[in-house]
Amino acid sequence: MSNQGVDPGRRRFLTLTTSVVGGAGAVAAAWPFLASLKPSERAKALGAPVTVDISKVEAGQRIIFPWRGKPVWVVNRTDEMLASLPKVTDDLRDPDSQEPQQPSYAQNEARSIKPKVLVMVGSCTHLGCSPSFRPDHPAPDIDPNWQGGFYCPCHGSKFDLAGRVYKSVPAPLNLLVPPHRYEDDHTIVVGEDPVGA
Amino acid sequence: MKRIKHILFAGALMAAAPAFASSETAMPYKFEPDTGNEASLQRGARNFMNYCSGCHSMRHMRYGRVGQDLGIPEDLMQANLMFTSKKPGDHILSAMPADAEQWFGKQPPDLTVETRMRGPEWVYNYLMTFYLDPSRPAGTNNLMLPGASMPHVLGELQGWQVMETAHAEEGAAAAEAHGGAHAGPGFTLVSKGSLDEKEYEKFVADTVNFMVYTAEPGRNGRISLGIKVMLYLLVLTGLFYLLKREFWKEVH
Amino acid sequence: MAITPNPHKTTGLLGWIDDRFPLTKLWKDQWGEYYAPKNFNWWYIFGILSLVVLVNQLLSGIFLTMHYKPDAAQAWDSVEYIMRDVPWGNVIRYLHSTGASAFFVVVYLHMYRGLLYGSYRKPRELIWLFGCLIFLCLMAEAFAGYVLPWGQMSYWGAQVIISLFGAIPVIGNDLVVWIQGDYIPSDATLNRLFSLHVVAIPFVLVGLVVAHLIALHEVGSGNPDGIEVKKHKNPETGHPLDSIPSHPYYTVKDMLGVGVFLLIFLGVVFFAPDGGGYFLEKPNFEPANPLVTPPHITPAWYFGAFYAILRAIPNKLMGVIGMFGAVLAFFALPWLDRSKVKSIRYKGWIFKTAIALFTVTFILLCYFGMQAPSEIGTLVSRIGTAIYFGFFLLMPIYSKIDKTKPEPERVTYEAH
Repeated sequence: MSNQGVDPGRRRFLTLTTSVVGGAGAVAAAWPFLASLKPSERAKALGAPVTVDISKVEAGQRIIFPWRGKPVWVVNRTDEMLASLPKVTDDLRDPDSQEPQQPSYAQNEARSIKPKVLVMVGSCTHLGCSPSFRPDHPAPDIDPNWQGGFYCPCHGSKFDLAGRVYKSVPAPLNLLVPPHRYEDDHTIVVGEDPVGA
Repeated sequence: MKRIKHILFAGALMAAAPAFASSETAMPYKFEPDTGNEASLQRGARNFMNYCSGCHSMRHMRYGRVGQDLGIPEDLMQANLMFTSKKPGDHILSAMPADAEQWFGKQPPDLTVETRMRGPEWVYNYLMTFYLDPSRPAGTNNLMLPGASMPHVLGELQGWQVMETAHAEEGAAAAEAHGGAHAGPGFTLVSKGSLDEKEYEKFVADTVNFMVYTAEPGRNGRISLGIKVMLYLLVLTGLFYLLKREFWKEVH
Repeated sequence: MAITPNPHKTTGLLGWIDDRFPLTKLWKDQWGEYYAPKNFNWWYIFGILSLVVLVNQLLSGIFLTMHYKPDAAQAWDSVEYIMRDVPWGNVIRYLHSTGASAFFVVVYLHMYRGLLYGSYRKPRELIWLFGCLIFLCLMAEAFAGYVLPWGQMSYWGAQVIISLFGAIPVIGNDLVVWIQGDYIPSDATLNRLFSLHVVAIPFVLVGLVVAHLIALHEVGSGNPDGIEVKKHKNPETGHPLDSIPSHPYYTVKDMLGVGVFLLIFLGVVFFAPDGGGYFLEKPNFEPANPLVTPPHITPAWYFGAFYAILRAIPNKLMGVIGMFGAVLAFFALPWLDRSKVKSIRYKGWIFKTAIALFTVTFILLCYFGMQAPSEIGTLVSRIGTAIYFGFFLLMPIYSKIDKTKPEPERVTYEAH
């Protein structure tokens, strides 16, 4: 071996260029593998908007159905339930729904398009458990001023009947109102915004 | 370089070998699929949905993907092509009830990957070579699949043909009587369909193109990606070559 | 023997690691300062290419396993699901299916290199034996993987291959049922082959590859001249005069080889993943049907030669013995070759003719193994089988009487 004819500048340049080009290729080659882990067309098809008939939900009752695999609730709230909402405002973390946990068309006190019909993703904003429906009140085991709402069995987070989170519980945000629209008076489509919204 | 000669000899043997390989049913028509022709694929989709999907499913193909890949807007898909479902995410399933077996003796096969199993040319020839055969329950037989239980669904389009070899005399007579044109290699048209010969060939070609597409929807994508990968690798390999030459200069 | 940690006296973070784990030592011993003969020709590229393909198979396999369902009712559908619904699934699947064939291409050429230059000769017998075990594992891995798509070829391939064990006297039939876990290849068979394919065999395979490389780097690489470079060492450095450190010289040479290989391999992956029906067979686009055998049932191309030998012998048990014998014969090679020289360069006309004959025979057997049985096929396969075994069994004789040329003292090398 000898160092005759070795041009260190050329060698450095070639090594650097090859490293950069090769490195870029390696990064690009990783992309298909990582991208293959994204939701597949099947998952997307299963996550398509869901059409639900809500005519059978009696006053004060709740139904649960899946949308993108998560539980979605529809609660047909009574006048009394709606009247309870202002009574707990002082106990809430975000009573005016400032946080973007609902589409703009549901940013109101009842957090819904039609005041009586609450549509909500039943997944606690703390760590994803599904809170229980506790319309019964008073319920001193939950809260001295309980007016009915949702109580998460995992870590004790509390939400009122509009899914607004209480202060001093682990959950940071109000429950999520999914995009939804009314096809007619008693059919809703979850996963799609109202036309023009 | 005796060794290289030996390898060349072996190669020559390999190349010559197919000459004495057994051959399959000869295909009278030549066909080369073209999945780059979007208009043809769209016509093929229409043909398939209207003439085939009544009995045959494509249970791995989603309506939405067809619309997306073939540039068909969703409202047109919904109105003209989606007969068994209104959800774009659904698979193309036939309208056939589960007991269809009783009708044809067997369940009409799923056609999603048919062209990968049989080859596009086979499917093309299959659709071209239905001929009248009174001995069959459906009244027709097929050159590529003798004893096919599928009736000639496209007969109204192609017309009805007889095989020249088997029914040479009847065929010729019938052709004369109906003023029928020559229908293709080995066949004589005895009654005309609504399409002429060229139009029918195009109809079948479009349909088979569409089936080649459904057999592998990612085909065009992988080929265009492949070209980019090749160009990149040429550059990279060129750099490797320069690098190798640079370092090996000092090895004596 | 006392082991000094960090013999290379590295400092900083690397030094901290080297004091606790021989990172620098491993790199230098196994590659950085591994001295290899400078006269390797391009036949010596296939070892590194096998490694590249192995990595490709492991990587693509891991991601396929995330989407595939080892269930007779769902397996075929899940492959089409990967091909259509999984983002990039078709590319990953083609990498894996083409990789299977590429694996055999490079491994066959790697073994052929060994045959040409006597790489199996003393002191490299264990390298060769590890290699043969890798080849065996690879065949088992390929077979199990071939079954997973659960198409017609998968199913009937499994049927035929597993039935081979039925040829064993007395216990054969019970053995077949035990292997299948059922009376036919079924869900249970598919599930266990899946387990073997993705867990057990890769584990053993990777272990054997490590052993293969450790053994190689212990005795040092051979070279196309078949002489030992360690005979002439540089008195100052202690390294063989005709050797160069792998890094950077073989690093850059191997990269060039890998670049060319990737051009060909990815060319097939992107433009011809079916490999003309040899890499992905047409009947496998039909789901498994235990009631109907497809008209042409042929093995994957890389099993062609062994399958031809099976068919050439008109006796079930002898056929099976012949087939496995044809694979096992490679193990004995280090002790069959009695030639005074290692490399084909210095062997006489008898050995050269034998290798040429064997080469042509192997290719012809491969070809006829893939064809439907025919008269000429059977005839060629029988003559081929005789030549195949003759090549191995007569080697102690013809390699000994063969008139060899004198080996050079130093390797032949011309600077580029």
